[in-house]
Amino acid sequence: MGRFIVRRALFGVVVLAIISFAVFILFFVVAPGDKAANFCGKGCTPERLAQINKLYHLDQSWISQYWLYVKRLVLHGDLGYSFNNQQPVRAIIFDRAPATASLALGAAVVWLSLGIPIGILAATKPRSLRDRAATTFALAGLSIPTFVLGLLFLYLFFYQLTIHGAAFFPGNGYVPLTQNPWEWMKHLILPWFTLAVVSAASYSRITRGSLLEVLGEDYIRTARAKGLSERRVIYRHGLRSALTPVVTLLGIDVGTLLGGAIVTEAVFGLGGIGQTAVTAVVNGDLPIIFGTVLFAAFFIVVANILVDIAYALLDARVRLA
Amino acid sequence: MTAQQAVDHAGRDINTQAGDVLLKVEGAVKNFPIKQGIIFQKEVARVHAVSGVDLEVRSGETLGLVGETGCGKSTLARLIAGLYPMTSGRITFDGSDITNLPRKKMRPFRRDIQMIFQDPYGSLNPRRRVGSIIGDPFDIHGVADGAERKKRVQELMEVVGLNPEHFNRFPAEFSGGQRQRIGVARALALRPKLIICDEPVSALDVSIQAQVINLLDDLQNEFGLTYIFIAHDLSVVRHVSDRVAVMYLGKIMEFGPVDDLYGLPRHPYTNALLSAVPVPDPDRADTRERVILRGDVPSPVNPPSGCPFHPRCPKAQDICVEQMPPLEPVFDDPPEHRVACHFPVPEGEDISQCTPGIDQSGTGPLVGADLSAVATGS
Amino acid sequence: MTVIAADEVAQQKAGGPGHDIPPQKAIEGRTPLQLAWARLKKDRVSIACLIVIIVLVLVAIFANQLTSLIGHPPNEQYRDKGLAPNGLPVGPGGFFLLGGDDVGRDILSRIIHGTRVSLLVGVVATALAVLIGVSVGTMAGYFGGRVDTVLSRTMDVFLSFPFLLFAISLVSVFSPSVRISIFVIAFFTWANVGRIVRGQVLSIREKEYVEAARSLGAGDFRIMVVDVLPNLVAPILVYSTLLIPTAIVFEATLSFLGLGVPIPTPTWGNMISESQGTYLQAPGFLIFPSLALFITTLAFNLLGDGLRDALDPRAARVLARK
Repeated sequence: MGRFIVRRALFGVVVLAIISFAVFILFFVVAPGDKAANFCGKGCTPERLAQINKLYHLDQSWISQYWLYVKRLVLHGDLGYSFNNQQPVRAIIFDRAPATASLALGAAVVWLSLGIPIGILAATKPRSLRDRAATTFALAGLSIPTFVLGLLFLYLFFYQLTIHGAAFFPGNGYVPLTQNPWEWMKHLILPWFTLAVVSAASYSRITRGSLLEVLGEDYIRTARAKGLSERRVIYRHGLRSALTPVVTLLGIDVGTLLGGAIVTEAVFGLGGIGQTAVTAVVNGDLPIIFGTVLFAAFFIVVANILVDIAYALLDARVRLA
Repeated sequence: MTAQQAVDHAGRDINTQAGDVLLKVEGAVKNFPIKQGIIFQKEVARVHAVSGVDLEVRSGETLGLVGETGCGKSTLARLIAGLYPMTSGRITFDGSDITNLPRKKMRPFRRDIQMIFQDPYGSLNPRRRVGSIIGDPFDIHGVADGAERKKRVQELMEVVGLNPEHFNRFPAEFSGGQRQRIGVARALALRPKLIICDEPVSALDVSIQAQVINLLDDLQNEFGLTYIFIAHDLSVVRHVSDRVAVMYLGKIMEFGPVDDLYGLPRHPYTNALLSAVPVPDPDRADTRERVILRGDVPSPVNPPSGCPFHPRCPKAQDICVEQMPPLEPVFDDPPEHRVACHFPVPEGEDISQCTPGIDQSGTGPLVGADLSAVATGS
Repeated sequence: MTVIAADEVAQQKAGGPGHDIPPQKAIEGRTPLQLAWARLKKDRVSIACLIVIIVLVLVAIFANQLTSLIGHPPNEQYRDKGLAPNGLPVGPGGFFLLGGDDVGRDILSRIIHGTRVSLLVGVVATALAVLIGVSVGTMAGYFGGRVDTVLSRTMDVFLSFPFLLFAISLVSVFSPSVRISIFVIAFFTWANVGRIVRGQVLSIREKEYVEAARSLGAGDFRIMVVDVLPNLVAPILVYSTLLIPTAIVFEATLSFLGLGVPIPTPTWGNMISESQGTYLQAPGFLIFPSLALFITTLAFNLLGDGLRDALDPRAARVLARK
């Protein structure tokens, strides 16, 4: 097991190295135009340009630039400096991170509590009405882009309710958990469901498929023949094997989750990392984009490693591979 | 034969006359490495699939190769067919050394050495038409194209007993026995000299088995084929073979003409195998002594020292643990009949009454009643 | 399979194998694809989806003709008739069939032209991703060993990229365009295809008919093309059909964020984005492009599902992972 973790962690480091290299190449080598000007942002002055040039060693070979970049990244966790906001990027990111985290984690809870039970309901009575309903929900949910769903929710639950005097859900904004838990939740419910629906749909299909397959196996038939109640058969015996593919999905989905989060934040104005990145594009604030990508990559790689380890704990065969 | 070089029915030069040695295997060894490692995998153990096999096959004969699962007979077959590289040893075919030849040099020999596989369902590509499958050899070796190829494929189908009009069907539309016929047709396409049959009838129903075996027999007579026939069913092997080799854990234990070997098996292992063959006459079956071997076949990753059979042999003594016996004739057997045993079985001996002279409990994987080793976790 | 059973029964009646069925029965076997098509035809939902998709393709091809039929070019702003007196977009019915957008353009015409971009980007990006994914996956699965390790790790790296963020960066460095959109989508999705193909090839490689081909003297390339690839057609077809809507949604998302095709070219994504200011009062502006997007995505998803069931009714669940 230890060997597996080491191998996995080593690979994660390699992946990070490659991604950071790719980001570096993108922003410092192939980007058209003067690199310093790209980073300068609005209201650029010649002094600032000179400052940037010195900061990133832009007059030297790109190998030394890369070396400097890596050193600053690894040793200081320095993600760059945004001149538009007059703040180091890292500070901006950490400031916005709680919003994104609240969104992501809350949505994960929602889609797991929604998707898996629906999948189970569908699989336990195949071809019944509830199975068809569940499958339809799943397919519809998969086919709606997150941002459309978000806007739809806003229209239905914010606008319609408001003009009919039953305002409950706010239109946008984020309230930190520490400040006011109730408001925090009110502001996040719609975004949670928006982000969760697509994943819930996907998970319900996979749970359904996986559970159907497992329930067809001989050892389940044996369990039933032994006289176990159907509930025990499903929950104690069937689910355990059926859920392993679902766990792997969790890992791969971190990247998709991030994409969905960006969009959801943009629609609901949550001011998280994703929205910051998008605004940065509009404002031409490259340092923020640059820092955000690196941060996100790091986060995804770590999440993937954790999921792989969880999977290996569940399924011993993976460890020995 | 005249002084001129003879030519076979396919118009090719024959270097080997009927009865001469067509294929010779010397000291064949094949190991599969087991690798482990964090970044760079290195070998931690080996599967000793074939551990020193010497064999000869004469032109026109059928050599039977028997053994239990895991004894290495399929690996040996694939070594001869050039599907695996040999770890060490030499293979000589029709006078030429074909050991580990690079692919290009091996190609002409592939026309002469063909294989029929065990699984009628797995050995044919389900997405290809049967005519295309049988025509593969013509395509690969550039022998025939278009209409000419179609004609020859249909001829082959007739020869093996299939309806040539089914040329465009898919394998799924044929029964198991018919699929094996397709496999035979494919192997026969380029008129090979040697056909290796890897358990060709094991997956078929008994009545179909008989048909396929008869087909192989007819083809051998008509085309002057040489067969290596691999099986684990001893009765089938007896029926088809001229000479038989018995394998155990990668080595040949006994080898000889079929009647000699079946009539008077010299090796304790052969004795045990033959005693397990069902006998139709119930009276004879009752009076026969069954030799029941203890334990399981050891793992080829860690084969026993000396003679590999010593952990289970009723006649094992110390020398069996130390030395691998040479494969040679014993008692007053003809030179053709060779055994690798320190204590071959003389006529009339009932080895189920023998007791081994060594401690056999620790030398196999959890054999026998000695479970104290398990309890202490060693 | 009923075909075998029928054959065997007939053969037994005729006196054993070798005496085969009279030639009235099919002499030409039906390819697995033909059999699948027959199964697909029976699935009404899939046929409906197929029709929808064909209609969409036709709309995309004849977009210009259609808009001239309507009479309102997609980028023409009708400030007088297209906007209500208070400056808000005009509703459906009346001058514009589906209503107007916030600068007085005809939504219907713009949706029609949006079909072009969506389908173009969706199909081309998918085709590119599939091409790369199949090649890499096949080589990785077939050759194994070092080649496989290197290629698999590469695919893993690609799968670890934060794709939307990276897409954002790419677009911010180079300005948005159709080409960038296609490239970005293909760049991030090929590895998914590659992984699935590699898995399939790994299992195909172990089959005896591959060994048989090798024993006949076939070269690696020939085996890959003649023996491996035909067995990949089914999963590739299914996966491509399911990948297209992903690509379309991806493109729409990019457009929504302002990173897709540059304005004023209409795409469903940027229409939805533009509607954000006024949709609360003029919902048509949001709803119609959303509907178009939804129907397209749903059609491809349902068709993909139907294809999967038609091509291999048993293995439907194995391919359930997207």
